[in-house]
Amino acid sequence: MKLSTKHLLGIKDLNREDIQLILATAQQFKEVLQRPVKKVPSLRDVTIVNLFYENSTRTRMSFELAERRLSADTLNFTAGSSSAAKGETLLDTVNNILSMKVDMVVMRHSASGAPHFLAKHIPAAIVNAGDGINEHPTQALLDAYSMQEKLGKIEGLKVAIIGDIMHSRVALSNMYLLKKMGAEVMVAGPPTLIPKHVGEALGVRVEYNLARALQWCDVANVLRIQLERQNQPLFSSLREYNLAYGIKRKMLESLGKEIVIMHPGPINRGVELDSDVADGPYSIILNQVENGVAVRMAVLYLLANREE
Amino acid sequence: MKTILSEQQLSLTVKRLAHQILENHLQLAGTVIIGLQPRGIFLSDRIVNELKTIIAPELIHYGKLDITFYRDDVRKSLHIANKTDIPFSIENRKVVLIDDVLYTGRTIRAALDALLAFGRPSHVSLCVLIDRRFSRELPIQPDYTGKVIDTFISQKVKVCWKEKDDREQVILLDS
Repeated sequence: MKLSTKHLLGIKDLNREDIQLILATAQQFKEVLQRPVKKVPSLRDVTIVNLFYENSTRTRMSFELAERRLSADTLNFTAGSSSAAKGETLLDTVNNILSMKVDMVVMRHSASGAPHFLAKHIPAAIVNAGDGINEHPTQALLDAYSMQEKLGKIEGLKVAIIGDIMHSRVALSNMYLLKKMGAEVMVAGPPTLIPKHVGEALGVRVEYNLARALQWCDVANVLRIQLERQNQPLFSSLREYNLAYGIKRKMLESLGKEIVIMHPGPINRGVELDSDVADGPYSIILNQVENGVAVRMAVLYLLANREE
Repeated sequence: MKTILSEQQLSLTVKRLAHQILENHLQLAGTVIIGLQPRGIFLSDRIVNELKTIIAPELIHYGKLDITFYRDDVRKSLHIANKTDIPFSIENRKVVLIDDVLYTGRTIRAALDALLAFGRPSHVSLCVLIDRRFSRELPIQPDYTGKVIDTFISQKVKVCWKEKDDREQVILLDS
């Protein structure tokens, strides 16, 4: 058994078996991360470049740690401190890096489709670490892994994705993945932050009322308001957003049921999540971060294979 | 096809191996048993069950080790990992590794490597059901052997277990 794709460009290209294979492999890597020596020699002949054209803390560190735990050699590229600032094109940069014999590229770019473009032009395996407002597949995989770990399954779960759906690659990847795995999906938030046809296009429920969304779901995956991607004001103020869509401890306690709160980070405390929710008993936010390393190890491990 | 061990022989062999391990590790003091995933587990489960009939079960420390991530051919063919479960430290313990068939020795090489991630054992020994001698690619020999056989590389040894294959026997297949 192996993955049906050579790259991980998006959840859109994966099938159910691929997702199950990645999650099952991640479970074994999670055990590796509990050992006194948390490192395996699997990818010691593999060189991976982390190509980050956009800021990132969690994802970049998580990938880098995953690569090192697999004994791969790593190279780091951040756009700000490189020749990209001198006007070199993406393809030129990558071809230069590849001529140094790199096997895999982990890339984040603010342009949607940038990794798909690279995949057409270079022989290395590409892992999308977030492209514009398109996809962030490893985040969706680690979200799914965390849900499965916490609740024992994905199929049949009711998952509400709450917040800035319009600008969120995490939301899109999550919707693809959850639908493929048989979960029920709802997107919730202010109408201005939910794309018009998302309901019909992806087969998800749309809800504009936060209380109703929380009442419905088993898991609430809360997204960050992405001010950096909004060219025009889509709601009047952060304070008002918090009043209408911020999740508060009291609301969760009054639901009278179990609920799991997730967030891909970074959190805007006091905007989409109050601190006592983010740090409270409902939250599995730090488990998500922990699982991220195991999931990324699984993805890199499965893509490094060169079986013909 | 040739039968190497019948069901009855296999059961006797498991009993013998358990006793031999106990001979060298009295009461299993300071000793842990580790079965290799995936197929070594069937043998190690049986040996551990046998040990439980002789000594107190709480004296037995039994773990399972998967060596997939330590293979030397990891990039040539994809192997799906199985569960590793070693819920105790092996630091300064004596380890008895258990696998079904010893062939090239590469699995055991990887297992020795993997074992070190859990601490530094004071001693490691190897117990196998079938030793295909003369086909080793690495200098690795078993300490406890169910049966030694001479085979051609083209032949295949199949160990069948009730849970997996509906019957209990060891056979040699010509391909």
